[in-house]
Amino acid sequence: MARKISMKMAINEAIDQEMTRDPTVIMMGEDIVGGAGGQGEQDAWGGVLGVTKGLYAKHPDQLLDTPLSESAYIGTAIGAAASGMRPIAELMFIDFMGVCFDQIFNQAAKFRYMFGGKAETPVVIRAMVGAGFRAAAQHSQMLTPIFTHIPGLKVVCPSTPYDTKGLLIQSIRDNDPVIFCEHKNLYGFEGDVPEKSYTVPLGEANVTREGKDVTLVAYGLMAHRALEAAGLLAKDGIEAEVIDLRTLSPLDLDTVLESVEKTGRLVCVDEANPRCNIATDVSARVAMEAFGALKAQIEMVAPPHVPVPFSPALEDLYIPSGAQIADAARRTFARGKT
Amino acid sequence: MAGQITPIVMPKWGLSMREGTVNAWLVEEGATIGVGMPILDVETDKLASAVEAADAGLLRRRIAQAGDVLPVKALLGVMAPAEVSDAEIDAYVAAYVVPTAGEDEEEAGAVFQTVTVDGIGVRYARRGPEAGTPVLFIHGFGGDLDNWLFNIDAVAEHSPVIAFDLPGHGQSDAKLPGLSLGALAAFVAHFLDAINVRQAHIVGHSMGGAIGARLAGDAPDRVARLALISPAGFGAEINQGYIEGFANAQSRRELKPVLEQLFADPALVSRQMLDDMLKYKRMDGVEPLLADLGAALFKGGQQVARTVEALAAAGKPVLVLWGRDDRVIPSAHAANAPEGATVKILDGAGHMAMLEKAHEVNAAIKAHIGG
Repeated sequence: MARKISMKMAINEAIDQEMTRDPTVIMMGEDIVGGAGGQGEQDAWGGVLGVTKGLYAKHPDQLLDTPLSESAYIGTAIGAAASGMRPIAELMFIDFMGVCFDQIFNQAAKFRYMFGGKAETPVVIRAMVGAGFRAAAQHSQMLTPIFTHIPGLKVVCPSTPYDTKGLLIQSIRDNDPVIFCEHKNLYGFEGDVPEKSYTVPLGEANVTREGKDVTLVAYGLMAHRALEAAGLLAKDGIEAEVIDLRTLSPLDLDTVLESVEKTGRLVCVDEANPRCNIATDVSARVAMEAFGALKAQIEMVAPPHVPVPFSPALEDLYIPSGAQIADAARRTFARGKT
Repeated sequence: MAGQITPIVMPKWGLSMREGTVNAWLVEEGATIGVGMPILDVETDKLASAVEAADAGLLRRRIAQAGDVLPVKALLGVMAPAEVSDAEIDAYVAAYVVPTAGEDEEEAGAVFQTVTVDGIGVRYARRGPEAGTPVLFIHGFGGDLDNWLFNIDAVAEHSPVIAFDLPGHGQSDAKLPGLSLGALAAFVAHFLDAINVRQAHIVGHSMGGAIGARLAGDAPDRVARLALISPAGFGAEINQGYIEGFANAQSRRELKPVLEQLFADPALVSRQMLDDMLKYKRMDGVEPLLADLGAALFKGGQQVARTVEALAAAGKPVLVLWGRDDRVIPSAHAANAPEGATVKILDGAGHMAMLEKAHEVNAAIKAHIGG
């Protein structure tokens, strides 16, 4: 039966149910078991924000605390995946991914291709993404486009607890490496989630609001801001359709194209920096494949091309707002042909 | 004077409805409204329908605007005689308090119960008075108790009502007691045992109609009267494309044309209806279960089991309702109803007559079980 739980609890429940279903599902990461500076394994905290709290007591043979060495344990997880396990590696902040790029880009992403399809790498690398947490430039980035650039990786960034549980279970069952991006400012966001196990397929966008006038494409925290913008636009009599991409690789371009063919207007929203991000990718693909349907220029709403500021006032300005998205949608009416 | 003011409020359609979206007003301010007149279109997360006036009166104020999303019992409009002043109406509107969401959620939580029957967890709900023979609603293949959202509360005005999710359906466990009508009918009898119900009236839809008829044949003492809506088991053919399409559809895009076959008006298939159905199909174990059940009962577009003879032998009063435009099981099967059955063919309805023609279906059910 469905009840309201937070996105954080949805992650915990997905891992718990998959570990129960399949003993080859294991997890490793920093402080996921002990945490809080305790002595040895004690399940004191469950990771930096408590996502894995309680899992060690239920599955003591399936969770492992690692040293503070991302290069080592991400490599270990990828190796374990290639040898028959289904590891979940928690990398805390996606900002730390840089020290594991060889393991991820050159190893995990390439095995299937370089070994003629004989090697599979069913690893999930979970990491927190996004700004708004007052955690400054090195703990706040939205680095999703770095991973969508690499063939062989699947990239997920959910916006609701329901999607989070279903997409994480599907990611664990998937036979390819998945970079699972969790927006830290959505950890407390609550929604209806069934108690039982279920899946949401990778590569399927979700239309979260229907409208005929303009299409807003977003993911993660921005999916919520786009809905907020749609609410503002409705007051002006503009019916916005909102698409939450949910999975960034593979990308569900069909859902975007279908919508743009109906609305003729497109606003791409991204919390990632504006050069070569998901929004530029979607914009380019729509311009190539549905140019005839467009009634106006495509708009993009993204932060400025600077690191996430430490000043709370500047950080709030940095993150695209619902009002900015609504303004961008209005520009497609002001400048576009009718 | 406030006593002369009659509020029009957001209705509660179905057990899980918390809010509705106002699509459009169908009457102007100043119009005289009669009981039962459609006054505005409201869309819930399940379906769009017209709000019909519960009281007669003069529409003085339209409060809700098109596009507003409002909780159940929110004030949509105000009726009052002409002598009530605008100031009094303003004061009434200002003072109106919508019951809080917290109370609603508590209520929704208490509505549903779970009982374990033959090792399978079953979600069910009971509504209406304590006394009297209860009315048991049995949904069809791939359905759940929300199929009855427009019917449960209407029937519960006079009779106790029990609605449940069949095993492998809705929010009951994704397991089946067997792949035959007999196994499903026996399970329903065990479910009635588990909730201490000796005998019930059966309202059954499609496969649920066949299960109810089979139960009447196998255990006549458990069944009082039957109302069957587009029941399976009355003839040979069934839309194989629907059964297989439903079991196999993987996305909203694939599911939409399948679900559109359920209705005379395909526009009734909302985004939310598709989402809810996909969420159900994506629960672990559901898809193979639906494929197995569909293949066992409706192999190759042919219904494996007939229920008409069992129904005739049971000798219970039977009402048969069928949407004329049913594209899943042809309404021509109604001609095979057992002798003495009351048969009504409903215009403007497809396979889901209880949703598309709720008022006619409710009236017919109430007349049948009350008489």
